[in-house]
Amino acid sequence: MKGILGTKLGMTQIYNENGRILPVTVVQAGPCFVVQKKTQESDGYNAIQVGFGEIRENQTNKPEKGHFNKAEIKPLRYLREFRVDNVDEYNVGQEIKAELFEQGEQIDVTGTSKGKGFAGTIKKYNFQRGPMGHGSKSHRRVGSAGAKGPARVFKGTKRPGRMGAERVTVQNLEVVKVDNERNLLIIRGAVPGPKGSLLVIKSSVKAQ
Amino acid sequence: MDFVKLIEEEQMKTGFPEFKPGDTVNIHVKVVEGGRERIQQFQGVVIRRRGGGMRETFTVRRISYNVGVERTFPLHSPRIDKIEVVRKGKVRRAKLFYLRKLRGKAARIKEQHR
Repeated sequence: MKGILGTKLGMTQIYNENGRILPVTVVQAGPCFVVQKKTQESDGYNAIQVGFGEIRENQTNKPEKGHFNKAEIKPLRYLREFRVDNVDEYNVGQEIKAELFEQGEQIDVTGTSKGKGFAGTIKKYNFQRGPMGHGSKSHRRVGSAGAKGPARVFKGTKRPGRMGAERVTVQNLEVVKVDNERNLLIIRGAVPGPKGSLLVIKSSVKAQ
Repeated sequence: MDFVKLIEEEQMKTGFPEFKPGDTVNIHVKVVEGGRERIQQFQGVVIRRRGGGMRETFTVRRISYNVGVERTFPLHSPRIDKIEVVRKGKVRRAKLFYLRKLRGKAARIKEQHR
């Protein structure tokens, strides 16, 4: 399983070789660094810990500094783990760049979706609204919360509440272009989250 | 640095003539027909230009066999081979949607003399 960390830079359009317009997301993917190797013997599973993003020295605390000093790299903003079959293929301090992926590859992108705040059932669950006229005042109201018989509302009933700002994975996105020089991935379609948010990009679990 | 802008600018074309709504233009479009590519021409009046940068599009209207036909082209599309300005029109509006209601003599646009 190969993976990289990145930030969303924004969306735009791109022309493909047929002259058709594709909607794309530009992602700054890397440079990432391997900070730590986790092995079956010491940690119970095989993974590499990868760091990404610039951070000022005075924004890190002492334990973090020690962790990065051990790997002999500059402090990084984000740390995430990727499960790998063989840890020995990686070295601590090794750089991971956008060239890890190639054009046409299928990927899964994980991010934190934009927060929508306290949202009603229409926005949150695509419920229908009530009539706007004929004396109706139930324009965007919740509607029924269930049957009368149980004399209570069942758990999990769809009601208004916080929406968004949750972990979302979009599967089977296509890499349209890889810019090795600037470490950019150009991905077809949308990815979760606002601009500047952290994305975890992995090779697709569903594509063979 | 704004990489999104950079990627857009990389795709932008230059070298097409300046044209405005009201101008009559001849667009040479590349079309793929049965695996072969050929150039098709579409001549008409520009009735709208919208969007900016790489996303800019323009709409050309012509009357074909008494039926109004409008085609919208992305300005920077690689499918556009050439843009020719046939005639400069004198109009007082940026969007010429009023032409849709007019036909014949009423739908003429005065030429701008320079």
